[in-house]
Amino acid sequence: MIREFGTGEVIYIVLAIRWTIALSLIAFLGGALGGLTVALARVSDNTSARLAATGFIRLFQGTPLLMQLFIVYFGLNIVGLPTSAWLAAAVALTLHASAFLGEIWRGCIQAVPRGQTEAADALAYGYVTRLKDVILPQAARIAAAPTTGFLVQLIKSTSLASIIGFTELTRAGQVISNATFKPFVVISLVAVLYFILCWPLSLAAKRLESRFDRAVAR
Amino acid sequence: MYQFNFEPVFGAFDTLLLGAWFTIQMSCMAMLLGLAVSVAGAIGKTSGIRLLNLVVDIYVEIIRNTPFLVQIYFIFFGLPALGIRMSPNQAALLALTVNFGAYGTEIIRAGINSINRGQIEAAQAIGLSWLQVLRYVVIKPALRAVYPALTSQFIFLMLGSSVVSAISATDLTAASNDLNSLTFASFEVYLVTTAIYLVMSIAFSIAFSLIGRSWFAYPVNR
Repeated sequence: MIREFGTGEVIYIVLAIRWTIALSLIAFLGGALGGLTVALARVSDNTSARLAATGFIRLFQGTPLLMQLFIVYFGLNIVGLPTSAWLAAAVALTLHASAFLGEIWRGCIQAVPRGQTEAADALAYGYVTRLKDVILPQAARIAAAPTTGFLVQLIKSTSLASIIGFTELTRAGQVISNATFKPFVVISLVAVLYFILCWPLSLAAKRLESRFDRAVAR
Repeated sequence: MYQFNFEPVFGAFDTLLLGAWFTIQMSCMAMLLGLAVSVAGAIGKTSGIRLLNLVVDIYVEIIRNTPFLVQIYFIFFGLPALGIRMSPNQAALLALTVNFGAYGTEIIRAGINSINRGQIEAAQAIGLSWLQVLRYVVIKPALRAVYPALTSQFIFLMLGSSVVSAISATDLTAASNDLNSLTFASFEVYLVTTAIYLVMSIAFSIAFSLIGRSWFAYPVNR
């Protein structure tokens, strides 16, 4: 029995965006926390912290996200957690985002002129004050554009969660496509929805970048 | 306590290596074809022809703002509705090429823009021939400018190509999916597969940096 591709099907797909957005937000917020930790470890004076952070970044940037998802998905069982596509996708994408944001933000922190650190030291600021009031606010301005760009990449990456069976936008499209035998229309709709989600962010990233370039050039 | 069992994985290690070989082959082919698309796209973008510029912009924005998985589903499941049918491997290669082309277009365009008009005039003024100008002042500096971005894009492409297993094209991930359904040692299979990907990406990035150092070293040695 072939289902018609009607309003109900369109609504089902459109509503599935909420899972894509939820997964992206979780991974982005978790990744922001993890990324900040990784970035700070990467620029710290402690050699072992630096090595560990570098290894973490290399590991996640040197392997496919799909494999990271599979390993977390099948690994949950091993560490005694229930096998759930939701949990696996959230954990894997958070770790993935931590590594990428960590590497992006390391660059931004190092782009803050060295003299700023020395000036903060000269004023006898402690580590926390120096970071919070001197380094990070300046690094954040540099980081705005690449971070927005990475958010686009992350939203697109959540589509891979469909492969381990998490029902977000891509998977909802697949389900409807299989039921209605209208793959061309359904997948086009899914692509358009991703585009609506990502394009404004890409434009924002571009605008942030040129605004920053102008501010620096001045 | 979970008992790890790597024996079935290493017993079938050669099938994984064969899969890795397919992944490398497919990535290299997609990169070569994708580079051709990139060069065409970059020429279109710098041509000054309004319509051509718009077409390239639309192509690049569509590809960069939709997931690769959706692109490959569109090509493999969607296009047959228009009468365009492909084998999984052909669809995978096409999807990787189209995807690489969009990112490559931006990279090559930046390379073209990096060529300094004044340097060409200076080279002509000191009496370099037309061919020497093209070689030493145009092509080599432009390649040097785009090389790091292109090689890291290749590694992204190779890692991203694991997604083609979703339409059961033959690659390393597909080989490990097969091995997983034979052995049920899921965690071990994917752990070893991940290690193979890691070795491949490290090996390629070392090779690229060695090649880059010998090709693009200053001073230019002839």
